[in-house]
Amino acid sequence: MAVFELKEALPPPARSAGATGWIRANLLSSPLNIALTLLGAYLILTFLPPLLDWAIFSADFTGETQDACVSGGACWTFITNRLPFFTYGFYPEPERWRVNIGFLLLAAVMIPQFIEKIPGKQWIGLFGLTGLPILVAILLSGGIFGLESVPTDKWGGLMLTLVLAFVGIVGALPIGVVLALGRRSQMPIVRIVCTTFIELWRGVPLISVLFMASVMLPLFLPEGVSFDKLLRALIGITMFQSAYMAEVIRGGLQAIPRGQYEAASALGLGYWRSMGLIILPQALKLVIPGIVNTFISLFKDTTLVLIIGLFDILQTVNSSIVDPSWNNVATEGYVFAAFSFWVFCFSMSRYSQALERKLHTGHKR
Amino acid sequence: MSETVTEDEIRSHHDHLGHEVGRDVVIQIEQMNKWYGDFHVLRDVDLTVHRGERIVICGPSGSGKSTTIRCINRLEEHQQGRILVDGVELNNDVKNIEAIRREVGMVFQHFNLFPHLTVLENCVLAPIWVRKEPRKEAEERAMQLLERVKIPDQAKKYPGQLSGGQQQRVAIARSLCMQPKIMLFDEPTSALDPEMIKEVLDTMVTLAEEGMTMLCVTHEMGFAKTVADRVIFMDRGQIVEENEPHAFFNTPQNERTKLFLSQILAH
Repeated sequence: MAVFELKEALPPPARSAGATGWIRANLLSSPLNIALTLLGAYLILTFLPPLLDWAIFSADFTGETQDACVSGGACWTFITNRLPFFTYGFYPEPERWRVNIGFLLLAAVMIPQFIEKIPGKQWIGLFGLTGLPILVAILLSGGIFGLESVPTDKWGGLMLTLVLAFVGIVGALPIGVVLALGRRSQMPIVRIVCTTFIELWRGVPLISVLFMASVMLPLFLPEGVSFDKLLRALIGITMFQSAYMAEVIRGGLQAIPRGQYEAASALGLGYWRSMGLIILPQALKLVIPGIVNTFISLFKDTTLVLIIGLFDILQTVNSSIVDPSWNNVATEGYVFAAFSFWVFCFSMSRYSQALERKLHTGHKR
Repeated sequence: MSETVTEDEIRSHHDHLGHEVGRDVVIQIEQMNKWYGDFHVLRDVDLTVHRGERIVICGPSGSGKSTTIRCINRLEEHQQGRILVDGVELNNDVKNIEAIRREVGMVFQHFNLFPHLTVLENCVLAPIWVRKEPRKEAEERAMQLLERVKIPDQAKKYPGQLSGGQQQRVAIARSLCMQPKIMLFDEPTSALDPEMIKEVLDTMVTLAEEGMTMLCVTHEMGFAKTVADRVIFMDRGQIVEENEPHAFFNTPQNERTKLFLSQILAH
């Protein structure tokens, strides 16, 4: 009788491993692939050198005025000169240190979230979602603790963009969770209220929400009662995005098998504990891509506040471009604005991917 | 699987179980009726379970056996009749439902472990949040129970990294962590590979030996023969026949029972 012997595990064939293997498999695997590789190489060689030349090698970075831009490349002098305006808008110069502290606080909260092993980073994160917005609001608007009051119509630039995006994100997620749970509630009134809320906000363009917030709302308020334009825009953006967020999260809730709800109930967990400990952690993890997608579009949608006269970073660039003392700096200005947005959106994207990897517990099928 | 069991076979098993069924009633179901829409799923179900009793419920699919045990911890709502669990009546009172769920453990066909938590976290979650136990105490008992189901070394792993049989044993340990008086098993081995059924059944036998009150919906007739005090056969929402295992398997009274037994014991 033949004896069964377990065969030894061998390394893979050499041609499929290493750099040559990689090039073979990814760049030269078929005639079409070879053609695409050559086309790609041609495009890179044609467009990359002039682009680098314009953006870096022939560009001007220093100087005070247009006259410094003589090399023929990009005139980054415009950006470096206008950087304070792009960052702070009309925020009074002697008070800008307050904005800087705000930036630092934001960085202090955000950066630990990107680093793997920082003790208590969830508490730092929790502070970022609760204490930080209040602290920064006090710091930026002033009026108490001897800080000079800075009205919100002086806020602008990157700082305003970040305020809008941060408040939108911090507000939209919890409201979205509540709306999503409400829409799936057994209680008809809760369900109807949440569904109506979501469908109303989702059914109108953000521009009209902002118009309503800035133009219509004051008409409905009693004589003499008015509140801040920025605050109105913030509420509008938050409500609008939370309706989107609710639907993203509802998608996640629906993906959780019924057995999870049943197991939680059978163990004696009530509704809120089942949701908080069992269902939401899984549902939110499932829809991280969707949530971040909403965050990213929210971040970029903040540019729409220009129509109610708020100067976000894009609008500060826009208004600087038409400054008669600078000619032909539109490209530089828009490239800068685009790059600023890209940095933040790409960071969010990377963070979400890291989060997905971290939370992956091997139950994917 | 043999078609008949000798009385000796059953007695020998039961001696080794050394079981003693108490006289006090822990579950009393009277005239329970339930409908899914127009479909009458449970028809006048009566069932009395004593402390320490091991009951196996079998029957064709769709006969209402799972629904019956799921009514006992209110995963399904009965529409007529009365259910008393450990003296507490199951009604719309959330307090009663919570009280009963604290005393009744359940093991599901598809395990239903929480995939985002480790094995140990799965086990201590309910004791900590529902029974308000200190974490340390809950973890100690969880480790003891994981040892009892023979997987203490998997405590730090996630359910997704375990085999089906291991997951089901974790699910049993998770239920036991709540120190239930009654355990419900809803087809605990139906989703398992044949190789893994035995390890789960062994765990259940151990539990039976320790005197746990158990209601098992299962197709494992071997388990029914060796462990059950009573076998209940259900068909189309009704209890057709119930008897102690020897009589149930050897001298079934009802035609429907005979047909069912001949079908599942034939192969």
